[in-house]
Amino acid sequence: MKLLNHTTKYFALMLIVLITVWAVIFYFAMLDEVYDSLDDGLENQKELIIQAAETNPSLLNDTDFGVNNYTITKTTLEKHGAFSDTYRDTLMYMQNEDEYESVRILESVFAHGGEYYKIMLITSMVEEDDQIENLFTYLIGLYLVLLVSILLLNNLVLRKVWRPFYTLIDTLKGFRIERDAPIMAESTKIDEFELLNQSVETLTKKSKESYVAQKEFIENASHELQTPLAIGINKLELLLEKSSLTADQSQEVGAVLENLGRLTRMNRSLLLLSKIDNQQFVGIEGIDFNRILAHIAESFEDFAEHRNIRLKIVETGTLKFPMNKDLASILIINLIKNAIVHGEQGKEIEMEITNLEITVRNYGSEGGLDASKIFKRFNKYAPGKQSTGLGLAISKAIADKYGLKLGYRFSDRHMFTLRFPTE
Amino acid sequence: MKILIIEDEPQMLDNMRRTLEREKYTVETAADYRAAGDKIGAYDYDCILLDITLPDGNGLELLKQLKEQGKDDGVIIVSAKDSLDDRIGGLDLGADDYLPKPFHMAELHARVKAVLRRRNFDGNTSIDIGNLTIDPGSRSVRNSDIEIVLNRKEYDILLYLTSNKTRLVTKAALAEHVWGDHIDQADSFDFIYSQMKNLRKKLSDGGATLEIEAIYGVGYRLTVL
Repeated sequence: MKLLNHTTKYFALMLIVLITVWAVIFYFAMLDEVYDSLDDGLENQKELIIQAAETNPSLLNDTDFGVNNYTITKTTLEKHGAFSDTYRDTLMYMQNEDEYESVRILESVFAHGGEYYKIMLITSMVEEDDQIENLFTYLIGLYLVLLVSILLLNNLVLRKVWRPFYTLIDTLKGFRIERDAPIMAESTKIDEFELLNQSVETLTKKSKESYVAQKEFIENASHELQTPLAIGINKLELLLEKSSLTADQSQEVGAVLENLGRLTRMNRSLLLLSKIDNQQFVGIEGIDFNRILAHIAESFEDFAEHRNIRLKIVETGTLKFPMNKDLASILIINLIKNAIVHGEQGKEIEMEITNLEITVRNYGSEGGLDASKIFKRFNKYAPGKQSTGLGLAISKAIADKYGLKLGYRFSDRHMFTLRFPTE
Repeated sequence: MKILIIEDEPQMLDNMRRTLEREKYTVETAADYRAAGDKIGAYDYDCILLDITLPDGNGLELLKQLKEQGKDDGVIIVSAKDSLDDRIGGLDLGADDYLPKPFHMAELHARVKAVLRRRNFDGNTSIDIGNLTIDPGSRSVRNSDIEIVLNRKEYDILLYLTSNKTRLVTKAALAEHVWGDHIDQADSFDFIYSQMKNLRKKLSDGGATLEIEAIYGVGYRLTVL
């Protein structure tokens, strides 16, 4: 849920409580005022009628409400003694509404010519239920108006206030450390956001610096390793040429050379990876993948044959794509090499090329491999095989660089699919 | 044949000097930019092995100087950087080849010989070995008038072993040269055996006075009988 809606939610909840409490207090206060005013009116009327009765005794005979809103009946002093002015609510049939409505009634006693009379005055009263209903309706109205105002306020004012925040979030979302310069957020007048911006700027700057430093470290380390490796390998090669070595000694030297060779390959692969990351491969040309695939398959034929594996190319389309030629070769080479090294002996490796995809299928260990790990560096599935664990990582890095999708699936065979974007 | 090695790493320099001297070349060395500049200015060489990262200057500048002086010494750039820029820059400046470190001694010999052939005979010379004649221009091999037909890999193996004749060539060096740089992650280089078997058979069928010996499973050696 968005921050804006969160605050709105709490506002809405708070308003319900606040408005309910306020409504109850308001209702009773209003009612009190209304009674006060009605009672004052009734008392005033009573005074007027009593005065009028002085001059016009016929009024004393109005024993029914009839057209009047009062009645006067004779009473006795005994009864009067216990009597004072009383106000109360009661129900009375109203002709116009055809129902019983509540009325306010004043009962009082007065003396006239030595006699005592009881006077009852009525006045129509705002109906309580109508009152509550009205109040409720208006309160709902008020609530809605408040809510809408808050929403509007949030969406117009707060959105404007929060804009630097969302801008920053958007920038962060698209931030790729290997590609982008450190984030430079636009400055804002709001202290909290300014602080956030500065923190993000510092963070991305530091991350970028350590990323670059790490990349440089790998690259420099790989470079620095080349010369000692070369010296070691060449010294051993010179040693091997000496005829004084016995068979055993030669084989020992050969084994050391083999391991130095592995070290060299691993080092080269690391260097290649950092070069791909560092965008050191420029020069894009239209690559004919049908040709490259055929060419590479041919150069791997001896290796495949040695492992008793047949290479089969299935061409159902032609694939051309602009990229660096060396990288295109390395991409395909690593996929095929991987299939040969891990493929089951005596079986076939099928390389299918369509207008959009290249798929390499090989038989091998039962069950699929973890597709989320298979392209990670130094992730080895076949212990004992002398692979560097970098081949697929390199292919993946190349594919990513050119926006190709390199994926892995397993059905009856292990399948690596390289999908090219459609223009 | 006079060869100049420009290399600041003493052991690297020593290795290259020793292996090239065994081919009866006259080998001179320079360990820094200034010494190299002096030698280049004063003498002509058939081939210069040039390390471009020198402590007191960039080897590419030496290459420029060489070309400005109108010299056509063959130049092979040797670099630990293996950077594409250097490779392109070096070749654009007129270097004949680019050899990234680390390399096999056998590869060094093959490259040096190729440069020497191209420089001295415009690449149109044939190589005589035993009773065979190899013509790099047409990639053909003849025993006097009879052609021995080899496929691409067999031919490459033969030429590579010829460049390193009587030397032990490791399987790795051979595989990387013939099958390409990227075959190198294969977990064993034994796959070269079948091509080697075919080549041997074709050579003996063709009556060649050459023998390719397998040495203790480490590599191969070509000898003239």
